[in-house]
Amino acid sequence: MDINQNEQQSIIDLVDQHKDLPGALLPLLHAIQGEVGYVPDSAVAIIAGGLNLSRAEVHGVISFYHDFKTQPVGRNTVQICRAEACQSMGSRLLEAHAKETLGIDYHQTTADGNITLEPVYCLGNCACSPSVRVNDDIVARVDQDRFDELVANLGGSQ
Amino acid sequence: MRFFIPQDTTALACGAEAVARALQAAGVEPVRNGSRGMFWLEPLLEVETEQGRIAFGPVSSKDIPSILDALETEASSHDLYLGPVDQIAYLASQQRLTYARAGLGDPVCLNNYQALNGFNGLKKALTLTGQQIVDQVKDSGLRGRGGAAFPAGIKWQTVLNCNSEQKYIVCNADEGDSGTFADRLVMEADPYQLIEGMIIAGLAVGATQGYIYLRSEYPVAHKLLNIAIERAVEANFLGENIQGSGKTFHLEVRLGAGAYICGEETSLLESLEGKRGMVRAKPPLPAIEGLFGKPTVVNNVLTLAAISSILEQGAETYQNFGMGRSRGTLAIQLAGNIKCGGLIELAFGVTLREVVEDYGQGTYSGRPIRAIQVGGPLGAFLPESQWDTPMDYEAFAAIKAMIGHGGIVVFDDTADMAAQARFAMEFCVVESCGKCTPCRIGSVRGVEVIDRIVANEDRDNNLILLHDLCDTMEMGSLCAMGGMTPFPVRSALAHFPQDFTGQGLGDN
Repeated sequence: MDINQNEQQSIIDLVDQHKDLPGALLPLLHAIQGEVGYVPDSAVAIIAGGLNLSRAEVHGVISFYHDFKTQPVGRNTVQICRAEACQSMGSRLLEAHAKETLGIDYHQTTADGNITLEPVYCLGNCACSPSVRVNDDIVARVDQDRFDELVANLGGSQ
Repeated sequence: MRFFIPQDTTALACGAEAVARALQAAGVEPVRNGSRGMFWLEPLLEVETEQGRIAFGPVSSKDIPSILDALETEASSHDLYLGPVDQIAYLASQQRLTYARAGLGDPVCLNNYQALNGFNGLKKALTLTGQQIVDQVKDSGLRGRGGAAFPAGIKWQTVLNCNSEQKYIVCNADEGDSGTFADRLVMEADPYQLIEGMIIAGLAVGATQGYIYLRSEYPVAHKLLNIAIERAVEANFLGENIQGSGKTFHLEVRLGAGAYICGEETSLLESLEGKRGMVRAKPPLPAIEGLFGKPTVVNNVLTLAAISSILEQGAETYQNFGMGRSRGTLAIQLAGNIKCGGLIELAFGVTLREVVEDYGQGTYSGRPIRAIQVGGPLGAFLPESQWDTPMDYEAFAAIKAMIGHGGIVVFDDTADMAAQARFAMEFCVVESCGKCTPCRIGSVRGVEVIDRIVANEDRDNNLILLHDLCDTMEMGSLCAMGGMTPFPVRSALAHFPQDFTGQGLGDN
């Protein structure tokens, strides 16, 4: 996926801002993803040059961490907690319901580009499970009806 | 009359923001406090009255008009009235040291923190030598709260003894275990306590730079920590020449990126250095060659938070709590299928049964408890016969279980323990850093072998194979990820064998 010139310039600026920070790569990748929405392939060479790393090292870090995306994602990200506390409260059924109603699997985006569905392993809300994160909001005790409500609030083409 | 409605993750997840807006619409500006940790009551509304602080919960926005009416007449007549908050048995029976301030006020208000004895530990530490501070920590008996329970004072002594111009304090706030939220509650309800502990650690070992490695799954904690650090810098508790002492300590929050393994200290250090979170072989110990190859104290949030009360109240006070070699208090996190889940800070020694029955009041579903997993995804599943074990590091180790970071996840009798064992392996597939073959490949094979056992394919041989595989993982992995993933698997097999027969759930 190609990026436009503005995105390329902002990546160059971010590399410049971060290059003297000790252990700069993770903060930089977060910053790029915050700006562009993902870490485009074309950013790898710019980062490598700026931080004096090999492209392989940069690629290795991007691919190691679940948070970093190399493709554009939906306008909203919905994460369902798969960890044990949520399982004890029925999150396996919730996962199945979410995949069925959205018509996608984990790591996929709805056809209208509205929602990307991701698994997450613990949101730290384990006394009021099952937990779901919608963008930066964490929601407690999400059953199937509550999930449908949350999705409806995100709009989209349906 | 002052009103309090929490701004912590769980309260927000349960609708605290709507409650705050309803209060504002009624002309009341609530204080956004931290949570008390009684999560089944969230959003918990507190009102400061002449009789002290009274509580209502769980409150939704539509309850606000009737609560305001009741406050005009007879508060106790309201259905959600809980009485004076500090007399709620769940809270009143706890021994709160680390969480003494949690929920009392605005967590990022510096004046509030100082009015509640905040920075008294630091002020004392500024009058002591590094060695004297380390001695206090040693005398307290404090052991690392992240899970490994290594004596904190010994680790600090090692770093103090190192000759190096640059040393680091790293706070492990990558609280990834399911069923745990104790670190989060400290950071969201009392962030200055952690900051104070880290400054004291810096003074003790001679480190001038600290990092809090925070998981990205905690956006609320991230926001509050950054505000707290900014204000602490402004008030000269951080930075150069702290309170005119000539001492320096800088602190920065660094965000993880969704890798469970980065809660392992060496993997965390790699990640902080901007690399893949691959586990390092030890030695060298991080205390000697840690972050960027320099001597580094890596401690959990709770360990560092405990430091301020140890310095303030003295090592002996802290040491007087607990049993055996487990001194002080344990932050128990009660979670999963539980009626009254939350944070329970108690001296070591309380039994698991007391926690789940007396505090938890049984399952949320109302069905019988079947299994309890203690210590996160690498902890054993305990059947009822083991629930009378006291919560003490050594007592748990004796039954091949672990207290870990203190998380307790309760499962009712609908839980399929073969599915849970399979999940333990599956989680290891997803989260292994890949360095050790038994962990990277063994977990993949583990999922397959469990599937074959449940499908009754060559059952006896596959059971032998699974135990063999578990042995290999336990003995051939550098860290606890591969080394302890077999714990939940083996305990499920040992205590719930009927679930592995492919006949659906067992009878009990």
